[in-house]
Amino acid sequence: MTRLAVPKTYKLYIGGKFPRSESGRTYEITGAGGDFLANAAQASRKDARDAVVAARSALKGWSAATAYNRGQVLYRIAELLEGRRAQFVDELVRSEGLTERRAAAVIDTAIDRWVWFAGWADKFAQVLGNGNPVAGPYFNLSVPEPTGVVAVIAPQAGEGHSLTGFVSAVAPALVSGNTVVVVASRSAPLSAISLSEVLATSDVPPGVVNVLTGSPAEIAPWLASHADVNAIDLVGAGALDWVQLQIDAAETLKRVLQPEDGPGAPAPTLARISAFTETKTVWHTKGLL
Amino acid sequence: MTVDGSGARVARRAGSAGAGGALELLDGPVTDTTLRRYLEGIPGVDAVGLEQRAAGLATRSLKTSSKAMALDRVIELIDLTTLEGADTPGRVRSLVAKAITPDPSDPTCPRVAAVCVYGDLAAVAVDALGPFHAPRARAAGTSGIAVAAVATAFPSGRASLAVKLADVADAVAAGADEIDMVIDRGAFLSGRYEQVFEEIRAVKEACRRPDGEDAHLKVILEVGELVTYDNARRASWLAVLAGADFIKTSTGKVASNATLPMTLLMLEVVRDWHRLTGEQVGVKPAGGIRTSKDAIRNLVTVAETAGEEWLRPSLFRIGASSLLNDVLLQRQKARTGHYSGADYVTID
Repeated sequence: MTRLAVPKTYKLYIGGKFPRSESGRTYEITGAGGDFLANAAQASRKDARDAVVAARSALKGWSAATAYNRGQVLYRIAELLEGRRAQFVDELVRSEGLTERRAAAVIDTAIDRWVWFAGWADKFAQVLGNGNPVAGPYFNLSVPEPTGVVAVIAPQAGEGHSLTGFVSAVAPALVSGNTVVVVASRSAPLSAISLSEVLATSDVPPGVVNVLTGSPAEIAPWLASHADVNAIDLVGAGALDWVQLQIDAAETLKRVLQPEDGPGAPAPTLARISAFTETKTVWHTKGLL
Repeated sequence: MTVDGSGARVARRAGSAGAGGALELLDGPVTDTTLRRYLEGIPGVDAVGLEQRAAGLATRSLKTSSKAMALDRVIELIDLTTLEGADTPGRVRSLVAKAITPDPSDPTCPRVAAVCVYGDLAAVAVDALGPFHAPRARAAGTSGIAVAAVATAFPSGRASLAVKLADVADAVAAGADEIDMVIDRGAFLSGRYEQVFEEIRAVKEACRRPDGEDAHLKVILEVGELVTYDNARRASWLAVLAGADFIKTSTGKVASNATLPMTLLMLEVVRDWHRLTGEQVGVKPAGGIRTSKDAIRNLVTVAETAGEEWLRPSLFRIGASSLLNDVLLQRQKARTGHYSGADYVTID
């Protein structure tokens, strides 16, 4: 007996919920061979606006969590990814057209990178922070603090971009306590949405990660010009008019990371963590009164 | 719905036509009995129909130029409010500064209708407003900003009448142009309608100023504590009969505040009163209106129920504090073409 196929509708992930696009639009996701895979929500500027509101309201709690706690929460995601390995392999095979072996290697990389970044959560402050020498009886301490709401245009091409690229762009922003609005790969958003299902069932508070699917060309300008977004990571914006996006971002003094191409991009570096931190320097008297 | 289809009972409000509080009420003098006969004779509210009507009005969507006009109108109708135990003169002064200049980056931004503070801070608000205070501004030919003070043992209303009247007289003497009183919900719920009626009348008397001008009286029904729509409608009629210039939904201090169906219900009462007597009574939803969307839904409801002529500060107000910032963000979005953020409006 033949069964009727039950294709999954992939929705957005905003504020811990999975809404359809406010606009009601969807678009077809096709596999590497052009075959129909699924319908995904096509986010509008208003979905981006809602996502920024969700990210803003989650910022207070996430940035105030202890570094150790954030590390644990991020590590937990890696554990859950491991448990869902088969689903991610299947989606990578179907959407990016990888062999099962290559797909398994991609998810290994994604999990390893997630663990690597999780480990930095309670360590990056030691590396990026400093006790400064000053000519007086004071402690002078510089500590990195999260920038705020970070918009990310996730990588749009390259082997494993839909998972490894996504993870490598999102995780470093989360480490220091930022909250994220990320525009997933347009052609292969399945892994990103499945990852958000992992996030929803892990210990990540709602709104800390918000995932939009659809056209980066349509959404990115709204995020770049949004006054309530503090930084924008243009890693996957190489095919867009990213110079204009930078100009828009400059209007509201955002931190900007430029597009990055190549296999495995973006590379996992401490610089990606430090890019979305602000250095706070405090003076404190040494003497006991 | 017109409560009185026959038109035979024509009520004249207390104090109107300068008759010294005379009330040609219904069928006899104002007593618990006659009030109960009248108020409890009002047909019950069709709750499902009311909520459906409100939900239907809430789907109305305003775009582009009409939205821009609606946003400006919302600002003009706001009673910018701070009613915290921790209020200080400094906080009231900063509230007043915001009322005068809501958006420093945009000189075309209109001013709010009034600032609403506790009675003891009314003098601070009057002083801070200076030439922008409504009476002085009117003398100079502009509209200005009024000072509204809550009184009568706000928010509970649990004090003796003498204390409540002293509270009102104090606020009026301090220069308040509008008094927001609370009704005695306990008396209303136990059926002592006459007591509530007489209290409103007494407060209305206390609102008189020596110079002959009256402070406008807003009567807070605190619908969250009246529980049912039927009670809210009766209380609205009671307040209107007793001479309220405005009926106001709530104090903002209890869990259930100004819902759209409740505002709709009160608007129906003032509409019916207008049809019955030709007098116009205002409505003020307060508490829980935080977004521009909510506020615009209220405007739509007013226009569709009482009529567009109600959309002016003398007949409709929105009591709010955080709403103003949301409206300013929307205006900035319309002006600049990109989304704005909380860093671009003042903290309150």
